[in-house]
Amino acid sequence: MRLKAEKIGRWFDERLQLASVVRGAAAHPVPRETASWAYVFGSAALTVFMVQLVTGVLLAFIYIPSASEAWNSLQVLNHHVTLGWFIRAVHGWGSNFMVAIVLIHMVQVFLFGAYKYPRELTWIVGVFLLLVTLGMAFTGQVLRFDQDAYWGLGIGASMSSRIPVLGPWIVHLLLGGPIIAGATLSRFFALHVFLIPGLLIAFVGVHLLMVLRLGINEWPMPGRVVRRATYVKEYHEQTARDGIAFVPYAIWKDLVFSTFVVVLLIACALYFGPFGPSGRPDPTIIQTVPRPDYFFLWLYALLSLLPPSLETPALLIGPVIVIVGLLLLPFFAGEGEKSWRRRPVAVLSIALIAVILGDFTHLAGNAPWSPAMNAWSGEPIPKQFLQGRTALERRGALVFQAKQCHNCHSLEGGGGSRGPSLDAVAVRLTQDQLIRQVIQGGGNMPAYGKNLSPAETTALVAFLQTLHPLRQTPARDASQTAALESESASQPSTPK
Amino acid sequence: MNNSNDLSRRAFFAKVALLLNSLAATALAVPVVGFLLSPVLRERKSDSESWVSLGVLDHFPEGETRLASYRNPMVNSWDGETANIACWVRRVEREKFQVFAVNCAHLGCPVRWFPQSALFMCPCHGGAYYSDGSRASGPPERGLFQYPYKVENGELLIHAGELPTPGASAKLGGRKSSCA
Repeated sequence: MRLKAEKIGRWFDERLQLASVVRGAAAHPVPRETASWAYVFGSAALTVFMVQLVTGVLLAFIYIPSASEAWNSLQVLNHHVTLGWFIRAVHGWGSNFMVAIVLIHMVQVFLFGAYKYPRELTWIVGVFLLLVTLGMAFTGQVLRFDQDAYWGLGIGASMSSRIPVLGPWIVHLLLGGPIIAGATLSRFFALHVFLIPGLLIAFVGVHLLMVLRLGINEWPMPGRVVRRATYVKEYHEQTARDGIAFVPYAIWKDLVFSTFVVVLLIACALYFGPFGPSGRPDPTIIQTVPRPDYFFLWLYALLSLLPPSLETPALLIGPVIVIVGLLLLPFFAGEGEKSWRRRPVAVLSIALIAVILGDFTHLAGNAPWSPAMNAWSGEPIPKQFLQGRTALERRGALVFQAKQCHNCHSLEGGGGSRGPSLDAVAVRLTQDQLIRQVIQGGGNMPAYGKNLSPAETTALVAFLQTLHPLRQTPARDASQTAALESESASQPSTPK
Repeated sequence: MNNSNDLSRRAFFAKVALLLNSLAATALAVPVVGFLLSPVLRERKSDSESWVSLGVLDHFPEGETRLASYRNPMVNSWDGETANIACWVRRVEREKFQVFAVNCAHLGCPVRWFPQSALFMCPCHGGAYYSDGSRASGPPERGLFQYPYKVENGELLIHAGELPTPGASAKLGGRKSSCA
């Protein structure tokens, strides 16, 4: 039996000529310390990619890339096809996992100095892999052709339109026409299913080949400096002296971690289910609050927080700087220390970027810059702001709700956060300042002069003047007080 | 035996073959590029066909702003509901209108009209506009996009057909849109 199998194996290998290559790759010696849990993210990314490949092909069995049918076919996948919801869930969560693992892998490679000589090109191909992964994430979000996808495309088009001179043409190329419609979805389908995966597979192949040929990056030791003249010789001496065979001594950790990732992926898919689709992609339904998928939330926050004048330059130049910076990194720092212990700038940069991305993502979760569109009708004024108030002040509270002030201003934490909270506004602004602010606006507040009658303004300001902490007096105009006092002083005092 | 002569003849044939290859590649590449650029190069709809009706004037009471929708003048049969586009119609007086795109001038999210405070608010990044479409606050750098309109046979017509974007030469309905 065994002999027979060996015989068949030999028959194939005589023709394929692959056994020696595979055996060489499997048995190639790697530095002993690289059989580490820190070195498992690349293989995990590959594993998730293969899951994506399989689930993606399965989804294509049912999915219809047509603007009029895509949303319906997603409903069929969710509700009618056996386990269709599960395949969608795995594919959707797989995309999140993929972005996350690729980023972690990149951070590990950066901190371990693995991009240095002679692995510069491996890093550069890795940067392209990051870009195509993000490209897959964005185009995939579009294929989930719902309201978020529709308006997300609008946002993409608006951003591209800001490119000088070529902007309008690029918008038409992106959308496949003058509006977001059938042609748009078709081209994103072609990108997501043919073009970008093709690039991805090619880049992964080159990336892996280089990892095999150049050898895995050794564990960085403080003081062991990379020099072009000596590095390759030193590396081979080290692996010859102290190396272990990749299979089985190093690969088992990759296998265990990949299993863990896949199990986690399945758990997420089972527990959280598939992503959407949200409402139909009908542009006449405007009661919608479009939000990007989580890996683009930081960008959403950035676009809300940048000053308008900086937005276009930041949008157009920012990505170029980041991408070119990443591509040039191995040329600026191709030699020298690999250990993160001797590279404080590298560690701090990672910490800074992580804090910025994390913070922006967190901010985008509750989007304080967006008005709470329903606060005026759905978020009542807390009762302590109404108890014991005069009729005029209560009428002011009514104006506050009816004129949608609550959409941007919070009271006791309820309502929008676009403008400042008004819990203690009377302490900050005098009566005159309140009137001026309401009527003229300013500081990012619209002017309400045209929309409020004098009576409404008087009532609203009377209400706002009651908004101060119990033992804190409202702001007063000192000069006005002084004028009143001097006026009363100059008058003949009444006899006591 | 003239080795070098032999080689150069082979090299010559190889070069000729390469030349033929590149000719064929160019012959293929030109139509491929043309195909890819079709969204830019395609023929535009004639001006008259880009006027679409939003309905009779009675739908739009004077002094009010109402949501209207139209079918994009250029459609494919598989566009489905994506070819239905909404717009805000403000009837200033009698035959004086303002027709705004729902797309925020910042990044294109759909703005909503709040008649009580007479503001358009955007749910994405917090842009706000006054009733006449001019910028009130937030990240937009300009007012809402406006469609060119005309009144014919008691109907309100707008010149439509293009997604308005805030780019340098953002056009609406193929014309320079007026900035409120």
